[in-house]
Order: sequence, then structure tokens, then C-alpha cells
Amino acid sequence: MATITSTDTQNAGRVSPKGFRLPLAVISYLQAIPLTLILGFFLLLPILMIAVVSFWDYDFAQMYPDFLTMNYAETLGSWVTWKTYLNTLKYAVLVWAITLVIGFWVAYFLAFHIRTTSMQMVLFLICTVPFLTSNIIRMISWIPVLGRNGLINSALVNSGAISEPVEWLLYSDFAVVLAMVHLYTLFMVTPIFNTLMRIDKSLVEAARDAGASSWQVLSNVIIPLAKPGMAIGTIFVVTLVMADFSTVQVMSGGQSASVALMMKNQMSLLQYPAAAANAVVLLVLVLLMVAGILRIVDIRKEL
Amino acid sequence: MYREKRSREFYLLAIFFAVFVLFLYGPLSAVLILSFQGPNGGLTFPLNGVSLRWFANLFETQAVGDFGGSFRRSAMLGIMVMLVTVVVSLLAGLAFRRGFIGATALFYLAVASLVVPSIIVSLGIGVLFSQLGLQPAWYSSAFGAHLTWTLPFGVLIMFAVFNRFSPAYEEAARDLGASSWQTFSNVVLPMIAPSLIGVGLFGFTLSYDEFARTLMTSGSFNTLPLEIYGMTTNVTTPVLYALGTVTTLFSFLVIAGTLGLIVHLNRRRLRS
Repeated sequence: MATITSTDTQNAGRVSPKGFRLPLAVISYLQAIPLTLILGFFLLLPILMIAVVSFWDYDFAQMYPDFLTMNYAETLGSWVTWKTYLNTLKYAVLVWAITLVIGFWVAYFLAFHIRTTSMQMVLFLICTVPFLTSNIIRMISWIPVLGRNGLINSALVNSGAISEPVEWLLYSDFAVVLAMVHLYTLFMVTPIFNTLMRIDKSLVEAARDAGASSWQVLSNVIIPLAKPGMAIGTIFVVTLVMADFSTVQVMSGGQSASVALMMKNQMSLLQYPAAAANAVVLLVLVLLMVAGILRIVDIRKEL
Repeated sequence: MYREKRSREFYLLAIFFAVFVLFLYGPLSAVLILSFQGPNGGLTFPLNGVSLRWFANLFETQAVGDFGGSFRRSAMLGIMVMLVTVVVSLLAGLAFRRGFIGATALFYLAVASLVVPSIIVSLGIGVLFSQLGLQPAWYSSAFGAHLTWTLPFGVLIMFAVFNRFSPAYEEAARDLGASSWQTFSNVVLPMIAPSLIGVGLFGFTLSYDEFARTLMTSGSFNTLPLEIYGMTTNVTTPVLYALGTVTTLFSFLVIAGTLGLIVHLNRRRLRS
């Protein structure tokens, strides 16, 4: 597929002989200003603020400007913190693995087995619509399904498969992972679907003509070419799970913790500097993970 | 393309896909059905009669918090976020297309905005506002917090759109004597209008459903997702499901309306 890179269009803009009131370069800067200002004020500045506050002192009511490493020492020196980080990483790995498998097969089915573009779009939209509705509602919608008297338990008990309702369906790690997969799979499907749609179908035909079985086509042609999409999906899913507190809180019934939930609890106790130190650690961890993934894939080429 | 008979792989994957769709919609339909629970029914099946009791309950301020007010605030905030997201993403997309010094840095800033955990944004803006002596409110701090989530999506979509946009159309327009503004408004804008509407849909729905970023930034009045989040811990009647049904139906209406508009625009463009 011929895509026009930004450098091509840049040159096309330069050769234009028309006179402009403003030089093109100035116009570009003017057009970029709103985005820069908004992200500067509502993203960069707040993060800097967090970094500063993480060194401050605090008591039950207020924060005091200071330069203490106490908040970090308390955060990193606590056994609970490490356990919480491990637990969050466990969720991230589980949800990532499951969404990757589901996301790939769904995208593969849509891209290679559905023959008309309009049908592809209709099925893709069917997958997309739930993701544009409220996360919390989709989360609590599992309660009547998984609960002690929920659909699954009553079906199992009525069919005689089990005598007592299964307790671990709701308010457990299982429920947390299930709800996260439910919430975040689309973030894996979309980038993989996007990459698969750009694979030249003649490559598949060539592989078949050369005698490859459909399994060989899949493992030697399609999966390697789908890797950039998988990488982008991984960025989405991993960062969303690492940042999650509501799913963990609601679906584990308060029995499990995640880093963001720990932060939220500190915030509700007005321990902002402690939460800020946690935020810095979490942010560094997430950015390192993303930077690692970005080494394999150039996002701008994949759009 | 290969046109042989459907393989076994197709049927296996079709079943997998059907199960996936069931997985997506099944729980939602449970909420939908249970919101019509009878007056004495509880949070789980079976239905104890059928009634509209819980929908009526929504509009009594006693039963739930301020449903009407929080809905109005969320809808208003969604519209504000939508408008700003569309305009700012379009402008940034045009700037990125031409390229400028610092474009790479700004692009990665937008990507960073996508990956920074939402609760960190929420905490940061909350602390920043309190240190600056500003009062957080849904229309100021929460508005900015939502933009850090919707703008990266908008920018990435515009990036993808302009990657596929041939400059030949603009060159043709210029050759015919169009000014740069005429080229933009009569040639470029109509062609990218469906994508812009898509960006708007993203902006509205992401903002309308967002709550992690609103947590520390909404000030003294709740938005709808915060209201629902509060209800999950202290409401034990199906009024929660009724609220879920109403807001989900509202989302569906918004999505359907937007898709209808996009299809309509595409048809009109093809006809002319």
C-alpha cells in the first residue's frame, strides 16, 4: 500500500509557488500551539508538580514544602508495596496474555475470513460499541452473572453439576482478570486488525503457491507481519492494567490491591506526598515498559 | 483472493468470534433485564415480577444522588471535550503533516499522555490546582484532565488520516486557482469530515464515561461516572441497573446517531 509519509507532503508544500501572507513554518507552529499548551499545562506541569510534592513533608491535614526522601524510603522500604507491585504485574501479564490471544484470533478472523469490506466493518463495529459505553457499568454487569446467586452459579446448581455455589467466581482474582479482559480486549483487537488489513494478500497466495500449509502461512507470514500491531496493543493493555484501580476494587471486593488502588487510598487519607512518591515510581515503571516496546515498533509508521 | 469453500478453520473461528461477542454483550444484557426487576426483587436473578419502579426511582433525589445534575454536567463536559478535541486534533494533524522542528517531541508527548496512568494525571492536576490556589471544577480541571485522554486519540487518528491523504487533490485545486483557504475548506475538509466526526465521537464518549481522571479534579459536583462509582459501594437495589441501562442506552443513541451521520455524509459525497 502506498502511504504518503509526512516528508513527502512537506516537500509538496514547499514547491507550491503561491504567495502566503504567513510563511508555512509559522502556520505549522500556530497549528501546533493549542495541543502543546493543553498537554503542557494539564500533563507536563502536573507531573512535575507530583515529582516536587513527592519530596514534601505532610501531616493529617496539610503538605509542607521540604526536601525529604522519606516518602520514597517508606514506599520502597515497605513489604506491602512490593507485594502490591507484584500483584499488579501479575494482573498485567495475565490480562496481556489473554487479550493477545483473543485479540489476534478475532482480528485474524475479521481480516482474513470475512470477504466483504462492509461485513468486516459491521462486525468490527459490533466489537467496538461496548467499548464506547461506561466502564463501571460493564464492570458491575458481571455481578449478577458471577455472584453467589448469579446466573452461572444457579445454572450449575440447578443442573446438578455442583451442590454448593462456587465462591471464587466473584470477588476474586479470577473476577478481576475476567473483567479486565472484558474491558480492554478491544485495545488489542484494533491495532492488530489495522496491521492485518495492511498485509498484501498476494503474500499469502505466494506462500500457498510455494506449498505452505495454512498453519505455515500463519506462523511464517501473518504472525511476523502482525507484530507491530501486537506491540501497540500491548502498550495499551499493559498501561491500562497498570493504572487500574476501579476494576480491582469492585471485582475483588476489596480483597486484592493494585498500585493505583494503593495510591487512591493514600489520596483519600490526604497523604498526597506519599501518593506522589508512589506515582513517580509507577510512572517510571510504566514509561520504561513502554520505551522497551517502542524499541521494537515505530508507532508513526503503523498509523 | 482465494474463493474456495469455507474451510474448517473458518467455522472454528466463526464460533470463537460468536462466543467473543456473547462475552461482550452477555453481561450488559443481564443489567438491561434486571433493571426491570419487580419492586421486591434484588440485585440478582430471578426476576421477581416486572416493573418500572427502579426507573421511577432514578428521578427521586432520595434514592440516588443527584442523577439529573450529574448527567447534565457529564453531557455538557462531553460536548466541550468533543469540540476542543476535534479542533485541536485537526490543527495538530495539519501541523504534523507539514512537519516542524519539535514535531517528534510533541508527538511523543501526545503518546505519553496516552500511557501515563490516569490516576497520576488526576492527582497531578488536583495538586497543581490546589497549589495555584485555583478551585477545581468539572469545567476547568476535569475538562483539562479529560483532554489529556481524548487528544492523543484524536491526534493519532488525524495522523493516520493524513498518512493516507494524497496531496494530489490539493495540488489539483491549487492548479485551478484555489487559495489555500479555499483548498482547505472545499477540498480537504469534506474529504476528512467523516474522520473528524469519528474523532468527535471518541472525544464525547471517552469523556462521558471517564472517571479515574475526574476523581481528583471534579471539585464539589460529581459527574455521572463518579456518581455511579459511588453507588457501587452503597446502593443495594436495582436502581443501579436502571441507571446503567439509561446511560448505556444514551451511549448507544450517541453512537448510532454519529454512525448514521457518517454514512449519510459518505453517501452524499459518492452521489456528487
